[in-house]
Amino acid sequence: MPLLDVKDLKISFHGRDRVTEAVKGINFSLEDGQTLAVVGESGSGKSVTAMSLTRLLPDPPTCQISGEILLRGQDVLMMPKRDLRSIRGKEIAYIFQEPSTSLNPVFTVGYQIAEAIKLHVPEEKDITGRVIDSLRKVGIRDAEKRYKAYPHEMSGGMQQRVMIAMALACEPKILVADEPTTALDVTIQAQIIDLLKELREKTDMSIILITHNFGIIKGFADQVQVMFRGEVVEHGPTEKVLENPQHPYTKALIACIPRPGTKQRRLTTIDHASLV
Amino acid sequence: MPDDQPPPLEAPLLEVKNLKVYYPIHGGLMRRVVDYVRAVDDVSFLVKKGTTVGLVGESGSGKTTIGRSIIKLAPITGGQIFYQGKEVGGMTRGQFFPFRKKIQMIFQDPFNSLNPRMTIEQIISEPLDIHFPEWDKAKKGARVIDLLDKVNLPADSRGRYPHEFSGGQRQRIGIARALAVEPELILCDEPVSALDVSVQAQIVNLLQDLQEELGLTYLFIAHDLAVVEHISDYVLVMNRGKIVEQASAEEIYANAKDPYTQKLLAAAPTL
Repeated sequence: MPLLDVKDLKISFHGRDRVTEAVKGINFSLEDGQTLAVVGESGSGKSVTAMSLTRLLPDPPTCQISGEILLRGQDVLMMPKRDLRSIRGKEIAYIFQEPSTSLNPVFTVGYQIAEAIKLHVPEEKDITGRVIDSLRKVGIRDAEKRYKAYPHEMSGGMQQRVMIAMALACEPKILVADEPTTALDVTIQAQIIDLLKELREKTDMSIILITHNFGIIKGFADQVQVMFRGEVVEHGPTEKVLENPQHPYTKALIACIPRPGTKQRRLTTIDHASLV
Repeated sequence: MPDDQPPPLEAPLLEVKNLKVYYPIHGGLMRRVVDYVRAVDDVSFLVKKGTTVGLVGESGSGKTTIGRSIIKLAPITGGQIFYQGKEVGGMTRGQFFPFRKKIQMIFQDPFNSLNPRMTIEQIISEPLDIHFPEWDKAKKGARVIDLLDKVNLPADSRGRYPHEFSGGQRQRIGIARALAVEPELILCDEPVSALDVSVQAQIVNLLQDLQEELGLTYLFIAHDLAVVEHISDYVLVMNRGKIVEQASAEEIYANAKDPYTQKLLAAAPTL
C-alpha cells in the first residue's frame, strides 16, 4: 500500500457568479522515502492540490473537493474535522514560500516550534531540548541563543530553516514544500535544497516539492508531475522527463529557463493559446 | 568644464567613481557612532549608452543600495556619480530633479510597488503629472494608451486596479510607468525574481525589445547569474559592498576568476 494515494481528485471554487475548476481529476501516489516534484506555473493547481491533502481549503459551498486522498489507506476527505488535527503537522507537514510571512512576528522562533511539539507529542518532558535539537538539525549555529530570537532578527535563509525545523519537529511522514526556495537568493536556494536532501536521507520521510522551476528538481526528485490548468499533463521519473519531455507544455517550461553560455538572443516563452 | 558645454562624445551615460554608502551603528550609553555598516565600499563602474550592465550579488551585498544612491533614495557617504559627464552625486534633490526624468526605476515586487487604490491610468500617468504638468488630460490619456500598447497590455486595462492583474502583468504596468517620461537609463532592481520562470522569460524579452526600440540603457540588478548573464553586455559581481569581479557577460560565464563568482555560478540551478 502506498503511503499516499490520490485518486481522481477534483477541486472547484464556487464564487458568486462563476465556478473555477482548479483541479480537474488528477491521480498520483507517493511511496515511503520518495520525492515527488509537482511542477507548473501560477494557477496550474499545484498549491491547491497540496493544501487539499490535509483539507486546508475552505469548507463547502465555497470549495468542493471530490475523489479520494488515501493516507495509508484512510481517506482524508471522509475524516471528521476533529481528527484532521492529528494529521496536520504530525503526518503531513508544510513549508511555504515566504518564510517572513509564515512566521508569527511577535513570538520567538523557539516558542513557535514548541507549539507544534506540545500539540502532537504531549508526553514530551524536555520540550526546550527538543526544540534546540531541531534547530541544530537544520544547521542553525548557536541554537541555544537562536531559540530566543524573533523572526525579524534572522535572514530569509535562516527563517526558512526555522520553518523546516518547525515542520520536522514532529517527524512527519510527508513534508510538503510549497516553493520553499522561490523567495531566496540562489546561493541560499542551493543550501536549502541540500539541507532537504540531507534530512530526507536521515529520516526517510517522503517529500512533495512544489515548484515552477525545473532547474531545482534535477538530482532531487524521483518522480515529477507536470500540471497545466488543473490537469496532470505529464508524469514520470525526473531524469526521463527532463531528458525527453513528451508534452509541449513540459518542453516549453524547460525551454524558458535561461542557459548561461549559450547566448541565445531571446528566451523561449510559452504560447498558452497553442496548448489548449 | 563649464556647465553649458556638451559633454565629450566618449563620456559614458553613467559613471560611478569610488562610491561609498555607510550607515552608522550607534552604541554605548551616549548612542555614539561606534562603527559603520559599509553597504557600498569604494565602488567604481561605467555604464555606456544603449548597453545593459548587470549587477549581481546576494542579499546584503549592496547592489540595491547602489541603485538607490544613484537616484538619491540612499545618502552618499563618499565618491562621485557622473551622469553624461555631470557630477550629480553632490547635487541637492532640487538640482537633481531634471535628471530624475532621465533615470527611472523598476522594482522587484509588482505586488507592493503599485498603489492598490489607484487605477492603472493613474499609476502610469503619475510621473507625467510630475514631469509634464503642462500636458492636458487628453495628451496624458493618449500617452497612457500608447505605453500600455508598448508593454503589450490591452488599452481597456487603464480603468482597472492592480489586484485584477497577474504578477507578470503588474510588472508590465511597472515598466510602462517607468517608460512614461521617456527615460534614458532604467534601474531594474530584481525585476523578474518574484515571477514564475515562464513569465520571467516574457519580461526579459520585453525589456530587450524595448531597449532595441527606444535605445534604452539598463542597470540590471539581480541575484540570479543565469538571468543577468543572458540580458547583460557587461557584468559586475558584488560581495559585501565591493565589486569583486567585472567583465563581459561571456567572459564571466566562461572564465570566472573570483571564487565568489564561481560560487554564484555553481549555485545557479542548471539543467
